[in-house]
Amino acid sequence: MAATAPEKDRTGPPASPWRGFTAGAWQSRIDVRDFIQQNYTVYEGDESFLAPATPRTGRIWRKLQDLFVEERRKGILDVSQVPSSITAHAPGYIDRDNEVIVGLQTDAPLKRAIMPYGGFRMVASALKTYGYQPDPAVVETFTKYRRTHNDAVFDAYTADIRRCRSSHILTGLPDAYGRGRIIGDYRRVALYGVKRLIEHKQAEKAALDAVMSTADIIRDREELAEQTRALNELVQMAAAYGFDISGPAATARQAVQWLYFGYLAAVKEQNGAAMSLGRVSTFLDIYFERDLAEGLIDESQAQEIIDDFVIKLRIVRFLRTPEYDALFAGDPTWVTESIGGAGDDGRPLVTKNCFRMLQTLYNLGPAPEPNLTILYAPRLPDGFRRFVAKVAIDTSSLQFESDGIIRQYWGDDSAIACCVSPMALGKQMQFFGARANMAKCLLYAINGGRDEMSGEQVAPAFEPVKGDTLDFDDVRDRFEKMMDWLAGVYVNAMNVIHYMHDKYAYERIEMALHDYAPLRTMAFGMAGLSVIADSLSAIRYAKVRVVRDKTGLVTDYQTEGEFPVFGNNDDRVDHLAAWAVSTFMGKLRKYPTYRDAVHTQSILTITSNVVYGKATGNTPDGRRQGEPFAPGANPMHGRDAYGIHASAYSVAKIPYRDAQDGISLTTSLVPTGLGRVPDDRITNLTAMLDAYFGATGFHMNINVMTRETLMDAMEHPEKYPQLTIRVSGYAVNFVRLTREQQMDVITRTFHGA
Amino acid sequence: MTGKVVQKPAALEAKSPFDLRVDLGKDVPETDVRSALASGDMGFLHSFTTGSTVDGPGVRVVAWTTGCMWRCLYCHNPDTWTMRNGIPVAVTRATEQLRKYRHGLKVMSGGLTISGGEPLMQDRFVVKMFQAAKGMGIHTALDTNGYYGERLSDAELDLADLVLLDLKAWDEAKHRHLTGREPGPTRQFAERLAARRRPIWLRFVLVPGLTDDPAEVDHIARFAAGLGNVERVDVLPFHQMGRYKWQQLGISYKLDDVEPPSAGQVERACATFRAAGLRTY
Repeated sequence: MAATAPEKDRTGPPASPWRGFTAGAWQSRIDVRDFIQQNYTVYEGDESFLAPATPRTGRIWRKLQDLFVEERRKGILDVSQVPSSITAHAPGYIDRDNEVIVGLQTDAPLKRAIMPYGGFRMVASALKTYGYQPDPAVVETFTKYRRTHNDAVFDAYTADIRRCRSSHILTGLPDAYGRGRIIGDYRRVALYGVKRLIEHKQAEKAALDAVMSTADIIRDREELAEQTRALNELVQMAAAYGFDISGPAATARQAVQWLYFGYLAAVKEQNGAAMSLGRVSTFLDIYFERDLAEGLIDESQAQEIIDDFVIKLRIVRFLRTPEYDALFAGDPTWVTESIGGAGDDGRPLVTKNCFRMLQTLYNLGPAPEPNLTILYAPRLPDGFRRFVAKVAIDTSSLQFESDGIIRQYWGDDSAIACCVSPMALGKQMQFFGARANMAKCLLYAINGGRDEMSGEQVAPAFEPVKGDTLDFDDVRDRFEKMMDWLAGVYVNAMNVIHYMHDKYAYERIEMALHDYAPLRTMAFGMAGLSVIADSLSAIRYAKVRVVRDKTGLVTDYQTEGEFPVFGNNDDRVDHLAAWAVSTFMGKLRKYPTYRDAVHTQSILTITSNVVYGKATGNTPDGRRQGEPFAPGANPMHGRDAYGIHASAYSVAKIPYRDAQDGISLTTSLVPTGLGRVPDDRITNLTAMLDAYFGATGFHMNINVMTRETLMDAMEHPEKYPQLTIRVSGYAVNFVRLTREQQMDVITRTFHGA
Repeated sequence: MTGKVVQKPAALEAKSPFDLRVDLGKDVPETDVRSALASGDMGFLHSFTTGSTVDGPGVRVVAWTTGCMWRCLYCHNPDTWTMRNGIPVAVTRATEQLRKYRHGLKVMSGGLTISGGEPLMQDRFVVKMFQAAKGMGIHTALDTNGYYGERLSDAELDLADLVLLDLKAWDEAKHRHLTGREPGPTRQFAERLAARRRPIWLRFVLVPGLTDDPAEVDHIARFAAGLGNVERVDVLPFHQMGRYKWQQLGISYKLDDVEPPSAGQVERACATFRAAGLRTY
């Protein structure tokens, strides 16, 4: 198939942009969901229609491969010190004459931008790390004239928060960088064109003229004005690339291009912890179906457009510090795209374009980004379920989330932000809040608020445990009190962070693609769930003696006897895990949140389970000081002895109502553990997914590979540039993990080994 | 799993799901063992797992019993030879464990497989477990060498929806050398299943130099094809993952120098079974 000539579409829409679409409420109001429901075509078939990469796609991707090698060698390829904004950089290209979808964050591929509003310290430190001298004019601006989110947060932090931060009982708080986890509804740009969106925002603002100017309303008006300004800049940025996106997109290629410009504006301006895409595949399918029916494109050209789009998503880059990368492993951007699921009327939201998105993992090879996320339900068509199982087995690049639970709580036009955080598109946003180290919280309860490693008094002085043997009821009561204190500090910190983030680093383009006054959640998190479940179980069912140092600090435990451990479908301990989640959630809910956000919680660690473990002393379950926690809601390594079904059932008992920001389970399977022949493996993985998501499972990462492959990749990283594995809620290049993180992955339970 | 404080295995050491287990039932009095065997109210289990995809159709729960009358040279779980190496488990408790997976097993088109050791060393326990499984609507599979097949009445035999039958060798002398016992009872069991039209998945372990004689494989293939009830043949390549158990149990292991068969050797054996008209993997 010949390359599509890039100029062809720049002459303007061939006909009315909405030609052939079924009319509906979506025309008179901003309502992308209604547009989809009125217009999409379910695809019930298999993957046999898919097209391979065109030679043009192959050439562009190869060109980037060379740059990736150089980038890996240098840390970053290049940097622009112009503080980034939607319009700060001139247009950039990989290969101008041959790109089907255009637009880069700066004026060259992989050249990173500085985004100082979140915090200048992080920018300066990253620049120095990679051998760049910060531009004196920029330094002066952001230290003398302009305050950042980071400066402001530390002005307002309490002494408690600072202590918790430095003792690592609260870690990863977004107080020095962009918070992320906000998904603009980028589809609106394609469906309505930006002019209509601007008018809509102006109307929303005008409606506030009748409302008294309280602090909240003043802030709302200012935000709406900023949103409108951002939309105008979006039009300018697209114009610099030669596109007028003030009107709706008229073809599939335009729809992808318009939508991508919306997303690009967001990643030009925000270095958020996660910059997710939303749920665009089925929306775009409507345009592809129309173009295919009109004979404007064939399947190969359709795939070429998606391949080029995905190439752009794969090269989103942010300037970050090595410490940040160590926490999150590699250089993640969480360009999460949610695929599949079903609508409220029962029709699967599965279309051919869902398949095309997945096909990019074959056409371009496996990759961690975009973070392809399957909204899974047993009732989705066989062809789709089998294809996603096949892709998961072949590439280890997919994660799965429960469509049933997400739809029930957030509706059928929801998407995942970051790893496991569901939200209704354009109608909901979250205040992201990292996680609390619950294992440390338990140790503080035992030690009366003293840190088990430093010996310092971090929490207010509670009475430490007395005697030599731990009593379950006594420890549980102390643990609850300590949770209560920690929850208070945690909510306090989050309120400060998000107040200041709104004030100094507001996501104006992402919020411009939301309705006015969206539902806000405040997403807390916990790490070390299986450590505390097993520790509480040891205290309850075995005999745990404490070992004190000469200052009276409990630094170790001697455990005698047997106790059930999390991950074996044993209610005695699984209920302790559920109890901890629900109890901490209850404590969090007691404290008022900024902007009346709804409290939620995730059981997700990303790769920080390693860092958290390092900062935590010996625990009563037998885990030694410094050893990693299990990731997310996973059982501790090697303790789940009864196979994947038992292990997954334990995790499925954690109640979603008390962990509405998601519950993460990462599984590793060896290929032969799924069956003796490829077809059996697909059948059996589909069956396992059906069972988990047909029950109360929320999320599952699936890695299908042998331990030997990973060990070989540690020794010979050059042989595995694209080896992708799933960790907590996203994927990473295995060879970019730190050695410690690689070891952590390798020591995980491999089912079927 | 109920565990003592679990110490992490040494980094990078491959973890076997079938840890070496010895003496777990050594404190059970001899009279209790006898009455348990007679009634089937208690069984001795080496281990159990969920999520197995290689022990029958679908995704299954598998229980491995202890006790075996054969001494196969290539056995990879010699710790299952002795019944008292297993954990004594009441049939009621095992049933409750199984019940937890009832719905999932249905969704995954799986079921319960009882393997060993040789399950029919504990035939009453097997019967009671299968009755419980059938009562819950769970598919049942018996992984056996068939040597004690006569211990099951016809009605009891029919409790197994599927038999995974090991045919180890054809020639009598070879069979005795390989397993310590004669091949007749196994073949009679296979014929009895055929007469009752009960399905068999045949398992054949390919050990270079020991079971790969083409004439032997051909005999077994033709016998299996002639039965008419063999739905599938799995040719299982010999591996050395059980070697450490022989060493740790202090039993002399004769296959130290045997390499696993090559892909080509496996394919040749598969081709023999296929040529006889059998679906083979």
